[in-house]
Amino acid sequence: MTFLRRQLPLLITLVTGLLFAAQYYIPHPSSELMLTSVSKWLQIIGGFALILGVTSLFHIHAVKIRRKEPGWGYSFVLYAGMIGTIVIGLWHGGKETTDGVTTAFGWIYTFMMVPLQGTMFAILAFFIASAAYRSFRARSREAAVLLIAAIIVMMGRVPLGEHLIPISGDITQWILNVLNASVRRAILIGVSLGAVALSLKIIFGVERAYLGGGKE
Amino acid sequence: MSFEVILGAWVATGLTLFILTFLYQDNPLFKLAEHLYVGISVGYAIVKTYDTVVIRLIYEPMVKQGDWWLLIPLAIGALMLTRYVPKAAWMSRIAFAFVVGVGSGLAIPRVISSYILKQIEDTVRPLAFLATDGSTTFTYSLLNPASNLNAIVLLIGVVSVLFYFFFSVEHTGPGKAVARTGIIFLMIAFGAAFGYTVMARMSLLIGRLTDLIEYAQPQYGRATWWLLAITIATLIVFHARRKGTEPPQ
Repeated sequence: MTFLRRQLPLLITLVTGLLFAAQYYIPHPSSELMLTSVSKWLQIIGGFALILGVTSLFHIHAVKIRRKEPGWGYSFVLYAGMIGTIVIGLWHGGKETTDGVTTAFGWIYTFMMVPLQGTMFAILAFFIASAAYRSFRARSREAAVLLIAAIIVMMGRVPLGEHLIPISGDITQWILNVLNASVRRAILIGVSLGAVALSLKIIFGVERAYLGGGKE
Repeated sequence: MSFEVILGAWVATGLTLFILTFLYQDNPLFKLAEHLYVGISVGYAIVKTYDTVVIRLIYEPMVKQGDWWLLIPLAIGALMLTRYVPKAAWMSRIAFAFVVGVGSGLAIPRVISSYILKQIEDTVRPLAFLATDGSTTFTYSLLNPASNLNAIVLLIGVVSVLFYFFFSVEHTGPGKAVARTGIIFLMIAFGAAFGYTVMARMSLLIGRLTDLIEYAQPQYGRATWWLLAITIATLIVFHARRKGTEPPQ
């Protein structure tokens, strides 16, 4: 039983890991077919992961309603939004438009989801600006550099900024394409080396946290 | 204008204003819109996943094309659901092992090729290229995208930032100067990322405000003005009610 619970998952990770690492070096149609198939398989398995997440969300809000915790009425709003969207979406076969005409599902997307999402992210602009006001004091040379770079980029991204300082657009592009790109590249190389090391640790069973705790 | 569009304008305006009330303070209108947003987003994701996974990846290939191999990922996915049965929860490890194993195996060669070797190759570039007429292309202007002097700046940036994160060598002497150069590059990049993000959010805000201005037109029944008045009145009522229930200082 210990083999099934502990060794079998590690064996599956080892075999699949080595197999799909080797797949990259085998330029054969069957190798490509295997990659295409397993990509679809992962999408299908991901669908089951969504079931886990949605069930968890349902459970959390059901508990809130049952215990009548503060704000439990909002859980009903969440349920109504979710179930309403699912029913209408399935009724229209998941299509936003049919023959060029917007369906009720498309209406929900256009007039409810897009405004909610857009506004939710837009109000972050105020909080970022507020945080910047508190933390962006040029207390050191490094903070001053950060402040100046931020101001130049903000100026260079709007027509008014380019009108006031004509060269700000070119400098912004240079900062983004050269200075910013060099830092992103260095961080990407570092992160990639870490990702490769972690992948090797997972395949060879050194890193086992993904299996979770519980009984052996 | 159709009834659906006018109704949509009223709903979109109301929800936008409800979210914006959070700038005043946390309040029931914001919470209502927030929970509705979560519900609709999850519902939308479920419908799209059903359409993509259940219909296109499972039902159609299996029933119409007879691809019964798809029973394997279905079985692996079903193993994930055993987490709800305490005695059989260990079986979900098999599903996770498969996903993590495949992901790790796919990542190793692709990450090395695309994110390490390719990035290093692009960091070490010649200072001048041969043009089609046989002459060499070179310009001292850093602001010119064709300037290969930028290749030197890129090289200095990548090396100094990598050195800053390399802790196996003490950052003293010449190493300190390199690490400090790395910090300057990092600060410029963080500043640029901050400025870029702020302007992206501003762009979203402008989009929402444009809609609010459009929906204030008479053909939409002046939805923005009516709903703005209702929202402010509701906030005043909530504020007064909360003030009445608060214990005295």
